[in-house]
Amino acid sequence: MTHVLDPDAVTAETPPRREPLAPYRDVTRSDAAFRAFLHGLPGVDQVGAEARVAVLGTRSIKTTAKAWAIDTAISMVDLTTLEGADTPGKVRSLAAKARRPDPGDPSCPQVAAVCVYGDLAGVASEALAGSGVHTAAVATAFPSGRASRAVKLADVRDAVTNGADEIDMVIDRGAFLAGRYLDVYDEIVAVKEACARPDGQGRAHLKVILETGELVTLDAVRRASWLAMLAGGDFIKTSTGKVSPAATLPVCLVMLEAVRDFRAATGRQVGVKPAGGIRNTKDAVKHLVLVNEVAGPDWLSPDWFRFGASSLLNDLLLQRQKLRTGHYSGPDHVTID
Amino acid sequence: MTENPFQYAPAPESRSIVDIAPSYGLFVDGEFVDGGGKSFKTVNPATEEVLSEVAAGTAEDVDRAVRAARRAFTRVWGPMRPADRGKYLFRIARLLQERAREFAVLESLDNGKPIRESRDVDVPLAAAHFFYHAGWADKLGWAGLGPGPRPLGVAGQVIPWNFPLLMLAWKVAPALATGNTVVLKPAETTPLTALLFAEVCRQADLPPGVVNIVTGAGDTGRAVVEHDDVDKVAFTGSTEVGRSIARAVAGTRKKLTLELGGKAANIVFDDAPIDQAVDGIVQGIFFNQGHVCCAGSRLLVQENVHDEVIASLQRRIGTLRLGDPLDKNTDIGAINSAEQLARIRELSDVGVAEGAQRWQPACELPARGFWFPPTVFTDVSPAHRIARDEVFGPVLSVLTFRTPDEAVAKANNTTYGLSAGIWTEKGSRILKIADQLRAGVVWANTFNKFDPTSPFGGYKQSGYGREGGRHGLAAYLKGSDA
Repeated sequence: MTHVLDPDAVTAETPPRREPLAPYRDVTRSDAAFRAFLHGLPGVDQVGAEARVAVLGTRSIKTTAKAWAIDTAISMVDLTTLEGADTPGKVRSLAAKARRPDPGDPSCPQVAAVCVYGDLAGVASEALAGSGVHTAAVATAFPSGRASRAVKLADVRDAVTNGADEIDMVIDRGAFLAGRYLDVYDEIVAVKEACARPDGQGRAHLKVILETGELVTLDAVRRASWLAMLAGGDFIKTSTGKVSPAATLPVCLVMLEAVRDFRAATGRQVGVKPAGGIRNTKDAVKHLVLVNEVAGPDWLSPDWFRFGASSLLNDLLLQRQKLRTGHYSGPDHVTID
Repeated sequence: MTENPFQYAPAPESRSIVDIAPSYGLFVDGEFVDGGGKSFKTVNPATEEVLSEVAAGTAEDVDRAVRAARRAFTRVWGPMRPADRGKYLFRIARLLQERAREFAVLESLDNGKPIRESRDVDVPLAAAHFFYHAGWADKLGWAGLGPGPRPLGVAGQVIPWNFPLLMLAWKVAPALATGNTVVLKPAETTPLTALLFAEVCRQADLPPGVVNIVTGAGDTGRAVVEHDDVDKVAFTGSTEVGRSIARAVAGTRKKLTLELGGKAANIVFDDAPIDQAVDGIVQGIFFNQGHVCCAGSRLLVQENVHDEVIASLQRRIGTLRLGDPLDKNTDIGAINSAEQLARIRELSDVGVAEGAQRWQPACELPARGFWFPPTVFTDVSPAHRIARDEVFGPVLSVLTFRTPDEAVAKANNTTYGLSAGIWTEKGSRILKIADQLRAGVVWANTFNKFDPTSPFGGYKQSGYGREGGRHGLAAYLKGSDA
């Protein structure tokens, strides 16, 4: 499996700007108009948002509800390894785990996807072939996004060619914070086009990473969410996992409000993926409660909600075993990655 | 719509932690004693199950309690070193925390409020009031109320059923911290946490007579208020009863504070953080089933965002969970009594008859107990009764405005003036509007937030005097005016 830059990509021109969905066709006509639109979105009161997630955090999910939540959370996991030290062997072992998270219990659901760097997408997709588990690859000079657009697009095409059917891109946070919204928008549009499969059979699913830890304010999170949805992102994702803080409940709340409002306005449903920092079942269940009560039950499926995580899965499995057997087992009862 | 796959399983808090006796007496002079009146039953409003029989205090019982309080004041509590009074208050505060779960479960059983609220709001705040006032006990000379302020003597206190333990804390903590002794009458429908508090007083070795609790109905309350040897009367409850108390106290030496009804305006401007404003509207009117004197029962929303806010509000209300108050996931509990339920129903029907649009979410009400669904009235005119009368239930009246001046005029156009809310992202507007609102508490981008350091009280028919904070101390001290 080689990692080859498309030699044509370096000189490839940015395609003409694509309009967003109605009723927002005209908001990208100029930087000023786009800025006016994004800054005209209702503000987010941080204290109020934190209070809301605190109350939802007290929801007590027990017995049958807990069993459902654990299985659903497992099915939403994007099992992730994004280390410089990753090897094909590690990715294969992760893929095996993705197919059968609990080797001792065939009733345990599969995870949603395995998420790797683009060069390993081929290994992953081969190992996952026929399983229904997706291959997600991070691209666009992940995690910083500091590369020319040509390189980013080449990165995407490469990953798609290697077999990724989901692309996790990062936005240009520098451009976003500097107010160059159209640049960010155009880049997402271009990446989405680069997601087209070489054989012409559809395109890879696009998740847009906002890196909320660098956006800092909830107002910026709401604006970036809308920007990414208008540009055609299939999912909006909190973080790369390389920046702290990563996924937090208030950030997830604001993003869930955004996808809910966006669907109400345009009819298009966009998914949400918190990533980074969700380590245990309790955190995962809190997120599911948030999905249920903020965006609504329509988002309670792996098609519309994912967890980007590595250690979360093992805790979900341990809690699942506890619920079934009535006692806690130890860390040796789940596989290490 | 398909069935939501994520159904929260029942998660009831265990009631085994509380031990409710089949009957209770009065707490006078440190002892539980029989009352002279005909005892009454207190029920769980969520199930109509009888929880216990409680003694009714007669005028003689009240007299005995006041004499005990007077004795404790002259012999023990008044002469005691202020720092030592503080120690008792700290001890009570800690005991409230230690027994928090017991108090929370008992409060939810007797009152019908969700355990989430009794556990996360009522009980922690009650403890906080004792901690706060414990700190004041030996620092009263520095409260800015003049040098060496002195206690009044015996305080007669009558409290309502909406926050039984919290209102007790609001009354008892400042009275004790300032060196007074008390005779307290809890509400007829919610006496149990006050009686558990009596047990805490004994556990804390509080000298007998410093706190006396006389249960009963209106007659018992009247006996407390009208007793000659009471120096100070503090009442929280309806404006109607408050008026009769003011009449009874007029012309006597008694000091009086009244905390009465309200019809608060919650003003939402078009630049508000809409999602948080909607949460705030919900918190403002559906917190504690709307049994809150400072509830944001009138929503004033700027006309150009009316439809958006109402749609968002209705969707949000649809996610509220109504049912068993002891279930940890319940947002809306039971109405406290059949009488209150009848009043809410009546006013709600009047709203429809007068031409307002009533909206309620599709929700199933439990077969037994007293229940009323969250209700929103739109197309409400300021002349409608639901825009003027205090409903004291989960009923919101929505009015619109176009300009800030109109918002202020409508907000102030009420006989009450207890609280108000402003929602806008513009700081300068918050300050300007807050300045013009005639309400004791004005919340900005939040609602129904309470803190012992913050004085609480009303304008006009919402009463007079302040409770909490430095200002609240004045009501219990000589040489200063409330």
